[in-house]
Amino acid sequence: MPNMSMTKNPMPEQDPNVRNHNFKEVAMGYTPEMAMDEAKRCLGCKNMPCVKGCPVNIRIPEFIAKVAEGDFAGAYEVITATNALPSISGRVCPQETQCECHCVRGIKGEPVAIGRLERFVADWYRENVNAMPKKPESNGIKVAVVGSGPASLTCASDLAKKGYEVSIFEAFHTAGGVLVYGIPEFRLPKAIVQNEVDKLAALGADVETNVVVGRTYTIDDMFEDGYKAVFVGSGAGLPMFMGIPGEALAGVYSANEYLTRINLMKAYREGYDTPIKDSKKVAVVGGGNVAMDAARCAKRMGAEVYVVYRRDEEAMPARREEIHHAKEEGIQFLFLNNPVQILDDGHGKVRAMECVKMELGEPDASGRRRPQEVPGSNFELEVDTVIMSLGTSPNPLIRSTTPGLEANQRGCLIADEETMATTREGVYAGGDAVTGAATVILAMGAGKKAAAAMDQYLQEKYGK
Amino acid sequence: MVKIVRKKVLNPSVTLLEVEAPMIAKKAQAGQFIILRLDEEGERIPLTIGDFDREKGTITIMFQKVGLTTELLGDLNEGDYIHDFVGPLGVPTRNELGEVKRVMVIGGGVGCAIAYPQAKHLHAEGVQVDVIVGFRSKDIVILEDEFKQACDNFYLMTDDGTYGEKGFVTVKLQQLLEAGEKYDAVIAIGPVPMMKFVSATTKPYNLRTLVSLNPIMIDGTGMCGCCRVTVGGKMKFACVDGPDFDGHQVDYDELMNRNSVYREREAKEKERHACRMEQLAKEMIH
Repeated sequence: MPNMSMTKNPMPEQDPNVRNHNFKEVAMGYTPEMAMDEAKRCLGCKNMPCVKGCPVNIRIPEFIAKVAEGDFAGAYEVITATNALPSISGRVCPQETQCECHCVRGIKGEPVAIGRLERFVADWYRENVNAMPKKPESNGIKVAVVGSGPASLTCASDLAKKGYEVSIFEAFHTAGGVLVYGIPEFRLPKAIVQNEVDKLAALGADVETNVVVGRTYTIDDMFEDGYKAVFVGSGAGLPMFMGIPGEALAGVYSANEYLTRINLMKAYREGYDTPIKDSKKVAVVGGGNVAMDAARCAKRMGAEVYVVYRRDEEAMPARREEIHHAKEEGIQFLFLNNPVQILDDGHGKVRAMECVKMELGEPDASGRRRPQEVPGSNFELEVDTVIMSLGTSPNPLIRSTTPGLEANQRGCLIADEETMATTREGVYAGGDAVTGAATVILAMGAGKKAAAAMDQYLQEKYGK
Repeated sequence: MVKIVRKKVLNPSVTLLEVEAPMIAKKAQAGQFIILRLDEEGERIPLTIGDFDREKGTITIMFQKVGLTTELLGDLNEGDYIHDFVGPLGVPTRNELGEVKRVMVIGGGVGCAIAYPQAKHLHAEGVQVDVIVGFRSKDIVILEDEFKQACDNFYLMTDDGTYGEKGFVTVKLQQLLEAGEKYDAVIAIGPVPMMKFVSATTKPYNLRTLVSLNPIMIDGTGMCGCCRVTVGGKMKFACVDGPDFDGHQVDYDELMNRNSVYREREAKEKERHACRMEQLAKEMIH
């Protein structure tokens, strides 16, 4: 009997005024009953429009049907046949623009809560079964993966399952890329990321941390050492600054630095050695998901937090859900405001940020109305900390040390859209290293495509 | 994890550790640095590569005990392990330096630990090397014999005159320049004020001066901008664009200000270490 409710089963969440003082996960997940009830909202469409919206092509109606029956282990098998990291994608995917925006139930009422169901299945499996996968029989071919973010983890997983001897090289001391240093614990618990890395290790992939490709080890070294193909999933980790006066003052952070101190180095926890500034009033500049993460972290560190964004709320690139969560938690939004300079307290520390009001003019190349300054509207926002969250671009280290690897004007590696092959034979690339800062699920999709193309290339060249 | 194979206490506050890190030893060049983390709760700190042995596969680091992490690092012994050790990071000095025939290397205090490999590698290449080292007083002099082996002319200065000649390194530098000594470049490594004054001394002579900057770092790979410095009016990330920069272009006051951000917290951390040590001592007595 289908469930014809027009709305999704709500997800239990921590109360906003409790959670804005802790780093525990905000959304607490469905119970088995809620999941089975929600699963019954799926009509099991024959043409499966939802699947077309999923970059890793999860067989959505099939896994949801298993959830509706209460066969959660079966549902897990269906999901993981095409998606290596369901507990992560179920949490951080913008489903509203991917699978769920194609759902037939969304035409009248809310779509089926595909993301919440995916998350439920993955969590249920980890908590109740947590069987580590078996290492497949080796085909003896060595492949290297640069970076250990979502693109790399997906690519490595698909290749390991096919029997390749996979080595992952990660610059940080912990694998996971943006999943560990960028996305905070309250959106994605780090134990979950570690569990996925453990599963990858069980498949036989070797994870080497503390290796900076381009410095410790180069792509040429890899080919010399017998690796037959390389996947570059090094992301876009280079932060941008505004170039306004005062950006070098003590108390100005890039969002990458602020989030790395908190998430990777656990500066928020007692007993960890990495310091972070004790902030009373924080301005986060920018309107993306990273800005929301930084703002919500600063709130949890006990500060009063403003998000300063030069366009209006409509134009914010952050997910609606994140903006909603941030507002619930007491973060104040200053739309149509742009920083002009950061002011010194006389001792080299931030005293305030001078902003100017903006108004929307004619649409620009991106189709959004271009914000322009309102003359004479300057004012000082009293803050002691400023976090710049203006976006990131790919780090030049790998392309500058790899002959034959070409990048475009924005520093993004050039890769074929279908095969993810770069301009150098045997080297593939995907995720933010190719697209510039984008989403976790697009990175996963690229890793998946690359793995398939690498398999084809390697089988043609070295297969028996 | 890397294993400590040799430990040598150079003076009451400066310690040398040689660790097994073959991948890094294979690639390391003078002027580059590593980042280490002691344990799961530890912070990441940058230390310049003092020396490397490609055959033995080892890296030598020399550090001054200035805060929690360096204190704890100084407590480690041969046979102990360092949890994370990553590098080599940064641009080698040789790449920045270009063609040179005669160079002046200046080291101040613990900076001598980094100046030494510069002198050694340039000297081995056949470059004429003069060295000026400066210390507060006689009891903290390090690497004197090593330097003498690695240069043509060696000048040792102490602030209080208890050893060598009295005065700062800039006193000697000024003398030599006034006497008409010619150098293709000066490499200065030490406390920020020392590098600032060396640069001020060479500026009127239009003498190329490289300084090795030491801002606060986290990742050391260019992904956070914590180590940003202003050089020639432009923002640079010391971990990927440096750590060596044109000494005449660096905004030293800004660097000193940025390096002081966590001073209060660092003092607290050091206290925590003192407490830990006290606790340990009590436990050992009982």
